[in-house]
Amino acid sequence: MEQILANGLYLGAQYALIALGLTLIFSLMNVLNFAHGQMYVFGGFVTYTVVAQLGLPFIVGLIASAVVLAVMGALIEKFLFRPVIRKSKRDESTMLLAAGIAFFLDAVILLLFGEKQRGVPKVVNGVFNWDMRLIMPYDRILIAALAVALIVGFILFMQYSRTGRAMRALAQDRVAAQLMGVDVDRYSMIGFALGAMLAGLVGGLLVTITGINLGMGGPTSVKAFLMIMIGGAGVISGAIAGGFILGMMESVGLTLLAAYGDVTYLVIFVTLMIFLAIRPQGLMGKPWG
Amino acid sequence: MTDQTQTTPIVKGSAMSMNRVLGVGAFLLGVFVLVPVIINLTGRWDFYYTLTSVALLSVAAAGVWLTFYIGRINIGQGAYALTGGYVSAVLMTQYGVSFWLTLPLAGIFCALVSVLIGLPILRLRGVYFAMVTLVLTEVARLTALALPITNGAKGITSIPLPGELSILGLTIIPDFATLENPKLAFYLMAALLMVLTYLVLWRIVNSRLGHLCRSLQQNEELSASIGVNTAMLRVLSYAISSFFGGLAGAIFVAISQSIYPSSFVVQDSVNFMLYCFLGGLGYVFGPMLGTLLLYFGWDLLSVAKEYQLLIYSGALIALMLVLPNGILSLLDKKGGNK
Repeated sequence: MEQILANGLYLGAQYALIALGLTLIFSLMNVLNFAHGQMYVFGGFVTYTVVAQLGLPFIVGLIASAVVLAVMGALIEKFLFRPVIRKSKRDESTMLLAAGIAFFLDAVILLLFGEKQRGVPKVVNGVFNWDMRLIMPYDRILIAALAVALIVGFILFMQYSRTGRAMRALAQDRVAAQLMGVDVDRYSMIGFALGAMLAGLVGGLLVTITGINLGMGGPTSVKAFLMIMIGGAGVISGAIAGGFILGMMESVGLTLLAAYGDVTYLVIFVTLMIFLAIRPQGLMGKPWG
Repeated sequence: MTDQTQTTPIVKGSAMSMNRVLGVGAFLLGVFVLVPVIINLTGRWDFYYTLTSVALLSVAAAGVWLTFYIGRINIGQGAYALTGGYVSAVLMTQYGVSFWLTLPLAGIFCALVSVLIGLPILRLRGVYFAMVTLVLTEVARLTALALPITNGAKGITSIPLPGELSILGLTIIPDFATLENPKLAFYLMAALLMVLTYLVLWRIVNSRLGHLCRSLQQNEELSASIGVNTAMLRVLSYAISSFFGGLAGAIFVAISQSIYPSSFVVQDSVNFMLYCFLGGLGYVFGPMLGTLLLYFGWDLLSVAKEYQLLIYSGALIALMLVLPNGILSLLDKKGGNK
C-alpha cells in the first residue's frame, strides 16, 4: 500500500510538471501544443549530451536543458505561432502548426541524437528501504523532490513575480490585459519559453531514471493532454491535480489490474470519458473551455 | 464564411455552372482514365497503391472535415477507421460474410458507435473535444488489444480478397482473386468511393443541413435560440463523419488483407486533421487536395532518406506560415474575399 502511494506520488510529481508547461502555453495563447512531448524528449537528450558525453555534472545538464528549451520555445513563439495566429481565420490553424513542429522536432532529434535509447548514470546510489514496506531508490526520491521544488517554485513565480502576474492577467483576458498596459507579445513569448523550459526540465530529470528515446514524444503528449483534461485546461491548479491524479491512477491501476493484462490505460481512458461527460470542463476548468 | 462562390450556382448564371461541369468532367477523366494510362506508360505500378491510399484517406478525411464544419476539431477518425476495419475483418473471417456486405455494415456500425460516444462528448468544445477524440483513438487501439474477438496484438491476417458481387446471376464486380491486376481494381474502387463521398459531402454542404451546420460553426447558442436542434445536428454530422471513417477502414483491411491494433494510431488521426487543415477548412474539396499533397509528397520525399521527415515537416511549417487558411484559400484572394 505504502509502495503504491509512493509510486503514485513520484509519477504524479513528474506528470504535474509536464502538464504545467502545456497548460501554461494553452492558457496564454489558446494553443494546444502538440510538440510538448517532443520538447520533453529534446530536453532529455540535451541533458544526456551534457552529462554522459561531455562528462559535466548533472545539474549543469539540467540547466542546459532548461536554457536550450526556453530559447527554442521563445523562437517558436516569435517566428511561428505569432504570425500564424495573426493571419489565420480560425484559431485551430495553430494545431496544424503545432503538429508540424512536433514532426520537425522528431526529425531534428533523429538527426542529432539518433534513435537509440539513451540514459545517464545514476546521480546518487543506494536504495531507501523502510522495513521492506516501502522501497525506493534514492535517485527517484531526489528526482521527485526536485520536481516538487520546481512546481512550488513555478507557483510562487506565477503568484508573486511581476512577470507571473502579467501572465495570469493575460490568461484571464487578453484584451483587458492589453488595455491595462501589459505587453502581450512579450509575455506570450516568455510564457511559451517557460512552458517549453518546464518540458525540457522534466526530460532532463527523467533521463537519469527511465532514459529517453525518440518514440517517447507522442505518448507523452497524449498523457499530458489527459492530465490537463482531468484538471481543466488552462488552470494551473488543475494541471497539478491532473498530474497527481493520473500518476496515482496509473500506480494503483497497474497493481490492481495486473491480473487482467495490459488494461490499465483502457480503464483510465474510459473513466475519463465518463468523467468528462458529467463534468466537461474538468475539475477546475472554466466552464466555457 | 467563405463559400459564397459554392452556394450560389443559379445566381451566377450558366457560365459558372458550365465551368463547374467541365471541371468535374476533367477531374473524373483524370482520376479514372489518365491516371491508369500514365501508370501503364511509366510502369510505376507502386503508384497505384499510393493513390489508392490517398483516395481512401481522403474519404476518412472528408468525415473529419464534416466535423470541422460544425465547429469541432476531430482527432479521432483513426478510432473509427480501426473499428470499421475490425468489423469488416471479423465478419469476413469468422462469419464468412461477403466483403461487399461488410462494407456498409462497417460504416453503419461505426455510425452507431459514434452516436453513443458522440452524445456525451459532443457537448465538449474546442480543445476539450479535440483532446477527447485524440484519446478515443488510443481507446480504440487498447480495446482492440484487449478484446478476444480481435485476436489481440497478433491481429487478424489472411483476410480473403473481395469476392464476386452479382445480382440475379449478373456479375457486377468480378472476384478480385481472379483478376489479373487487383491493384487497378482496388484503385478504381477506392477512387469511385472517393468521388461518391465528395459528391455526398458537397450535397450535404449545399443543402439545408449544410446551412444549419454553418450556423453551428458560427454560434451554437444563437442557432439553438432560433430553434435549430443543435444536439441532433451535432450527433448526425458526427455519425456521418464516422461512417466515412468506417468505410475507409474496411477497404484498407481488404487491401492489406490484415489488420492489427496498430493499423490506425494517434498519428493517423492527427494526419487526417492535418489533411483538412492543409487543404482548407472552408472548401469541400480541401481534404482531398490536402491528402493528395501530404501523402503523395511524403511518398515522393522518401528519396531524401533520413532527411525525409525534416523536409516534410519543414514544408508543412512553411506552408502554414504562408497560407494559414489552407491551400485553397488562394482561390478566395482572386474572388475578392469578404
